[in-house]
Amino acid sequence: MAASRLLSYISVMALVTYLIRMLPITLIRGRIENPLFRSFLYYIPYAVLAAMIVPDMLFATRSIWSGGAALAAGLLMALRGHKLPAVAAAACAAVFAAELLLGIGS
Amino acid sequence: MNTQSKTDFTQGLRDGVPVGVGYLSVSFSYGVMAVNLGLPAWAAILISLSNLTSAGQYAGVSLISAGAPIVEIALAQLVINIRYSLMSMSLSQKADGTMTAPHRLTTSFVITDEIFALASQRPGMVSRHYMYGVGLIPLISWNLGSLLGAVAGGLMPAALRASLNVALYAMFIAIIIPPARSDRAVLFAVAAAAAGSLLTRYAPILSRLSAGFAMILCAVLAALAAAVLFPVKEAADGGV
Repeated sequence: MAASRLLSYISVMALVTYLIRMLPITLIRGRIENPLFRSFLYYIPYAVLAAMIVPDMLFATRSIWSGGAALAAGLLMALRGHKLPAVAAAACAAVFAAELLLGIGS
Repeated sequence: MNTQSKTDFTQGLRDGVPVGVGYLSVSFSYGVMAVNLGLPAWAAILISLSNLTSAGQYAGVSLISAGAPIVEIALAQLVINIRYSLMSMSLSQKADGTMTAPHRLTTSFVITDEIFALASQRPGMVSRHYMYGVGLIPLISWNLGSLLGAVAGGLMPAALRASLNVALYAMFIAIIIPPARSDRAVLFAVAAAAAGSLLTRYAPILSRLSAGFAMILCAVLAALAAAVLFPVKEAADGGV
């Protein structure tokens, strides 16, 4: 891909992302009153992350079984109240162990 | 800086350390993935330097390597990252007098899921010194990890690389599970989005939607349904 095309992709990504973060904190001083919009904004982060996890996490590794093991391990750790580093470590370890069991070579 | 500013800054630095550790593995796997998809290392690193977003960058490099139209990439970033605008709004209510306009322009760059969570859990107001402190280590480690992944990822054994690929998703799980456990409405939004995502992937006709657009559609519909069924009564102070 041409560098100029890559640069235009990257500038668009950076610009959109920065504006999203910068505009509200810089411009909004008052309270947002519309309850539907407030509620929508409250739920959207969780909905986005859920739609990204399912089903892509299952296909992020070399076998759907190791991806599934990571999903299960991550869920289990998070449900038991563990924080980000422990949840991530457990999911990665589950992939490693599952692929070893499945005999997928390194 | 006076004493309070210094205290805020060092407290921020300290709070940012575990997030920085988590970011290192996620950004490393981002760097590996971007290069595997065929992006040059400089582009992978430039994206990290200019974006500082996990999910947005992952989706972005996938769409770039698929040759997606620029409009679709802009739309995908908008929907994936729109959650930051909510966090930004929330922080606008929590920012103290030291957060003058120029400092809002700079500190808003480090609003991520994890940094927002730290800032919103601070008792009382948040100063610009805290924001700079809390953002610094995650910012450095995000770019360092991307650099290492993009440049040296190929040197790692494949088994280790495959394991790191799930770090991003594990980070998302760590963010959504605690509120989904305590709030049925969040659980509903999460389940609806996940079900919709499966549907758009495998159902006939729906599966013809492009991946980015399908994700946008599922998330927006799930959040809208949750908003209609379970309107949020009152956000907690500074948190959402």
